[in-house]
Amino acid sequence: MNTLRVHEPGLLTTVQDLGRVGFGPLGVSPSGAADHAALRLGNRLVANDEGTAALEMTLVGGVFSVDSDTTIAMTGSDFGAALDGFYVPPWTSVRVRSGAMLRVGPTRTGARAYLCVHGGISVEPFLGSASTHVMTGLGGFQGRSLRQGDVLAIGDTTQPFRKRNVARRALERLAPRKTIRVTAGEQIDRFPENSRRALVEGTYRVLEQSNRMGIRLDGPPIPSNLGAEMITEGVSLGSIQVPAGGLPIILFVEQQTTGGYPKIANVISADIASVGQLRPRDDVRFQLVDIAAARTAWAEDERILTARETIFEQ
Amino acid sequence: MTSAATYQAASDRSLMVRFGDTISLEIHQRVRALLALLTAEPVDGVYNLQPGYTSLLITFDPLQRDHRELEAVVRSYVERMDAVQLPAARRVEIPVCYGGEFGPDLLDVAKLHGITSEEVIRLHSSAAYLVYFIGFVPGFAYLGGLPEAIATPRLPEPRWSIHPGSVGIAGRQTGVYPVRTPAGWRLIGRTPLQLFSPQRETMNLLSIGDEVRFIPISPDEFTEQSSA
Repeated sequence: MNTLRVHEPGLLTTVQDLGRVGFGPLGVSPSGAADHAALRLGNRLVANDEGTAALEMTLVGGVFSVDSDTTIAMTGSDFGAALDGFYVPPWTSVRVRSGAMLRVGPTRTGARAYLCVHGGISVEPFLGSASTHVMTGLGGFQGRSLRQGDVLAIGDTTQPFRKRNVARRALERLAPRKTIRVTAGEQIDRFPENSRRALVEGTYRVLEQSNRMGIRLDGPPIPSNLGAEMITEGVSLGSIQVPAGGLPIILFVEQQTTGGYPKIANVISADIASVGQLRPRDDVRFQLVDIAAARTAWAEDERILTARETIFEQ
Repeated sequence: MTSAATYQAASDRSLMVRFGDTISLEIHQRVRALLALLTAEPVDGVYNLQPGYTSLLITFDPLQRDHRELEAVVRSYVERMDAVQLPAARRVEIPVCYGGEFGPDLLDVAKLHGITSEEVIRLHSSAAYLVYFIGFVPGFAYLGGLPEAIATPRLPEPRWSIHPGSVGIAGRQTGVYPVRTPAGWRLIGRTPLQLFSPQRETMNLLSIGDEVRFIPISPDEFTEQSSA
């Protein structure tokens, strides 16, 4: 068995794939990579299936080595990774020798970076997925974020090295957005006109308490005119719920499956990955679009993520 | 009498189906019937079904179909719901050690209603509750049927973390926290049972439609049953 050793874990490093879908009736939310686009492209760079498990790092990366020569790729935000002192740019495949030290630093851009390894990170799947659900301690490596000294199994390393890059045009099209597009939420009619206007005209700041469950925002309050709480109902990924205080929360990948706060808007599927790159203290704005525009944006992103010409070999 | 369902786009990949806006057994059974039908005869492209008190949230692949197409399919399911036979309710008993360190809010709940702690325990453990759905976190059952006399609002400030097995009250609801989470419900006791266990074949102790009763136990019995 080939392994990856954690010399330093970084701030919050977890095993993630594309999540476990379909377990809402058990109360289990999908979890999965906060920036699915970065995970998918990273896996393609190292010749994996796009949903293979990788390491997700948050704000500050860790130090890792492998015990057998293999191929890796760093994707997502640029955390200034270096292999035995040499800078490892994101979005390209890199040959790693056994014992070489990969140091992943603090972020230079967004919240999350991915370390994809050829053959993937191998953990016991929970409900069909390797994803860690941090809050409930389920899935991933022992249900938790990585610690110093952890040794993780990685896939077969016998494949010959191929230098692969992501096309610049694809990266430009998929670059994280600071203006997040949203569709109208289910209770938008229960928000007065000035709340609805403030959502799209205001600037919101990401609060420190944000995590994979939810992104808490500070900015113009946008209270609803619902006096009491609503009857609890299912909530969608990216829904923007507004508790009585009026400050919005974006429900994210480790979201609760049901909730009782009114929802003013919902982040479109194409911009979920951008939410995954928001850091505490980042500013964010919202733009209201209709469902048809959201569908078109998602179809276009999916086309780029799966297109053959998005990844090219040197 | 059957209420008409309403359909609304919840996001660019989810459709909300609502059967009403009040919590009732009749509406709950319609939610369950649609859930059962969509589970027995899955619709292509649909990948998650999330029941609530009066609603079912359907998540789907937007590249396979759009909201209008999905709504048409779901309408045809709703028309066939009357033929769905729901299984008889399972009865589940949950032992609870009330008060003390297990139920830090028991005294406050009693005080708020001007009754004794013993009376709160008697009322809470005398009712039969219905599992309306599982939601929030793995294995959390939303139980309806709490006696009005002990209905109590949530805490003004949620606790950061609680013990798994904690039994709480929020309005006319009661429930048992399966995992360590932040929690805004008033905690009146704790069960030694595991509501959620990923190692168990049936991970969740409770399922939608179950009938639940709480059985008071002593701290000694709690310890005994915890190690069992």
